[in-house]
Amino acid sequence: MATVAHSHKAATVNPLKMSQPIGAALAFMGLDKCMPVLHGSQGCTSFGLVLFVRHFREAIPLQTTAMNEVTTILGGLENIEQAIVNIVNRAHPEIIAIASTGLTETKGDDVEGSLKLIRQKHPELDDVALLYVSTPDFKNAFQDGWAKAVTKLIDEIVVPAVPASRAQINVLPGSHLTPADIEEIREIIAAFGMEAVVVPDLSGSLDGHIPDNWAGTTLGGTPLTAVRDLGHAVATLAIGRQMESAATVLAARTQVPSFVFDRLTGLEANDKFLACLSEVTGKPVPLKYRRQRSQLQDAMLDGHFFFGGKRIALGAEPDLLYALGMLLHEMGANIAAAVTTTTSPLLEQLPVAEVLIGDLEDLESRAQGCDLLVTHSHGRQAAERLKIPFFRAGLPCFDRLGAGHRLYVGYRGTRQLIFDVGNIFIEHMHHGHPDAWPLPEMPRYLPTTHHAPLEIA
Amino acid sequence: MAKPLAAKVQEVFNEPGCDKNQAKSDKDRKKGCTKQLTPGAAAGGCAFDGAKIALQPITDAAHLVHGPIACEGNSWDNRGAFSSGPALYRTSFTTDINETDVIYGGEKRVFRACKEIFDKYNPPAIFVYQTCVTAMIGDDIEAVCKAVSGKLGKPVIPVNAPGFVGGKNLGNKLAGEALLDYVIGTIEPEFTTPYDLNIIGEYNLAGELWQIKPLLDHLGIRILSCISGDARYREVAWSHRARAAMMVCSKAMINIARKMEERYQIPFFEGSFYGISDVSDSLRQVARLLVQRGAPDDLFTRTEELIVHEEARAWKRLAPFKERLSGKRVLLITGGVKSWSVVSALQEVGLEIVGTSVKKSTKEDKERIKELMGDDAHMIDDMSPREMYKMLKDARADIMLSGGRSQFVALKAKMPWLDINQERHHAYAGYEGMVELVTEIDKALRNPVWEQVRKPAPWETTASGWEHLPTVDVDSAPAIKSILAAAA
Repeated sequence: MATVAHSHKAATVNPLKMSQPIGAALAFMGLDKCMPVLHGSQGCTSFGLVLFVRHFREAIPLQTTAMNEVTTILGGLENIEQAIVNIVNRAHPEIIAIASTGLTETKGDDVEGSLKLIRQKHPELDDVALLYVSTPDFKNAFQDGWAKAVTKLIDEIVVPAVPASRAQINVLPGSHLTPADIEEIREIIAAFGMEAVVVPDLSGSLDGHIPDNWAGTTLGGTPLTAVRDLGHAVATLAIGRQMESAATVLAARTQVPSFVFDRLTGLEANDKFLACLSEVTGKPVPLKYRRQRSQLQDAMLDGHFFFGGKRIALGAEPDLLYALGMLLHEMGANIAAAVTTTTSPLLEQLPVAEVLIGDLEDLESRAQGCDLLVTHSHGRQAAERLKIPFFRAGLPCFDRLGAGHRLYVGYRGTRQLIFDVGNIFIEHMHHGHPDAWPLPEMPRYLPTTHHAPLEIA
Repeated sequence: MAKPLAAKVQEVFNEPGCDKNQAKSDKDRKKGCTKQLTPGAAAGGCAFDGAKIALQPITDAAHLVHGPIACEGNSWDNRGAFSSGPALYRTSFTTDINETDVIYGGEKRVFRACKEIFDKYNPPAIFVYQTCVTAMIGDDIEAVCKAVSGKLGKPVIPVNAPGFVGGKNLGNKLAGEALLDYVIGTIEPEFTTPYDLNIIGEYNLAGELWQIKPLLDHLGIRILSCISGDARYREVAWSHRARAAMMVCSKAMINIARKMEERYQIPFFEGSFYGISDVSDSLRQVARLLVQRGAPDDLFTRTEELIVHEEARAWKRLAPFKERLSGKRVLLITGGVKSWSVVSALQEVGLEIVGTSVKKSTKEDKERIKELMGDDAHMIDDMSPREMYKMLKDARADIMLSGGRSQFVALKAKMPWLDINQERHHAYAGYEGMVELVTEIDKALRNPVWEQVRKPAPWETTASGWEHLPTVDVDSAPAIKSILAAAA
């Protein structure tokens, strides 16, 4: 049981946290033919866009209502209207998804009201879905913005209960899952003879494929019709506690039973996941996964030598912190420091004395003498100063290739995580040297006379 | 002391050193130099972004962003302005205001934040950046900075450039105003020489200043202050003692150069370090201004000797590329000064420029382009990503040089691309930089991946024209034209 503490500094130094509007924007990027828009000044969008470009190494569709000081004071109705009309004319999206920012929230723009007026005025936009989510920058963090966006999407788009008519399972992934993670979950579900409908699906849009055409909107991701028809499924599986509210709203709307999995990294966590799938589908766990389970057990045995007793400093958003922290703990390592960005019921369950909602300066000061620092790419300077090894986890990861293709869920992904972290420990293994094991200070016998060596006859 | 923000913005819009501005009517001038943004079709950073770009290269200062987490948390440590020493500028500081601050005001938080920063990191100065939300709730950062400064006895500089007042260029200028109001002239250098030079508007991206410094060192010219690449706070503070100044990067910091000329009689010229002849011209201008201000006139001969030597050395290293690259077609999507300074640089090695963007260029920039490219200059005012993609996919250009924002337009069209904007990893300034740039272009064009990625899978049967075009080969510019003609 951990206590959750808040940093009380006036200045945040080296932020771990990112803002919730761009968390919402990333969720919208998992919808097909979508244009996410931030209702704020152009900088709000520009910073988010650059961040995602550096992380995914992909073109990022993200627009702005381009508010300036005058329009901010007078209200953003006209800017929202112009933005929607311009985006429809230029990029032809099926859905335009707007997230607010600190700027427009401070003013108190009534975006829902504006959208109603715009609908009345522009009947030609009738076949374009418009979605709005409130995400002020001065509250919460990235994963909250993602969760709010998905909840709002479900609330607005999903049609009420229809009888479970398809071999379909809904998946609501948290913001900490990569396109590769989502692909893995889809494959596991397919192995049970089910089609996974993932909302939002970054594995379709930001997986790094080369399309045949250039579009201003997202290319790939969940089609809007699939969101509408989530009620056809036999079950909903939410991954990460952040998705609980979205899962609850969906279950209430459709009567599809929903299950929340706090993590899909770790042996037991995946056992539960597969057992659930087996029960829901009435099918046995496929041979492939029985074999993968055995491989994971073997990897845990091979790896535990290097994890045991290691002290690890961990900085990540709550769901990722929980997934990584629990696995490292299960491998025998100690979480010496845990810093996160926002509240979550999971934080108290971490095997650590205290979880701090703070920044990377807090993490750095707590990481003194640790064997490993784990956080997103912004931890690189801290690791250098601490002179300890560094494992990049989470978003942004801008100084390595393949951020979108890292796979750390499922038996296979857990195995990979053990190898990746274990190899760092092997690389930095402490080796003995002549002065490594000195005796404590004590009187020492020193010969006072020196004898010439005996001559050998 | 500082004027209210609205007056400041009007003041920088009314820039006597800018011909374009002077040609405007009073009414137009009030509107400012940034084009009105189109909601839903806008790209680019805000004024805060511009101000941060301009000042963050001051390496030993702390840079504190007063605003919600978005402004700093989403963007920190994302630029390659290098330091030869201090690293504090890469530590991120923000007040990360919460809902309570929005309601009750964030001024006290700024005060406490500055105190924490001085206690823990002891920087020579703190720059405090205003953002949209804190500007809107009426936090008076000028007053807070004055109070902290008075109480702690250290410079705390307000940078009043909230994002919503305009784009990056305006932010650059407002940052310049902060330096003029609070920093420049506040410290005296230990000594001066007749060879003291200011370089204004050079940010040492990828270490480009270090491609120039050896040239100046060789001539005995001292960079008294670079604003703001690889700068120390005190160097900027004593920049008023320079004999002459060079203004790099077009008009972004013209207000600093002009006002320093006005206040401290430091003459300046506008120059570029991109391209062989531009570097040589800049060195000549530096020598001219310094001699005019009293430096011994043997500087001219020494400068000419250096130019002859370095140009010859550069050409010798470029010679092998000239043959290979001759006739290769380049699409250049950048802005401002680079729209022409890079054009001349590339033409020097025989590359053909099929288009250059002039979206952010001034009238003089456009004049320069016309001079360089003749009457049929392919000036692109505003090209959508879709159009760029089509141009590349139709093989009407062999390589695109642009900023990171549009790199995927080229890569998804399976065409070579090179980063020439602020996130770039390579340094392209000076004679060295030109050799580097051409080497990179050559590397990109000759990479074997293009041929592989354009090949369809063996089981792909539908022959769709473009995929079956031969790889753009080094000597095949005319061949491509005939293939396209045949296909049409």
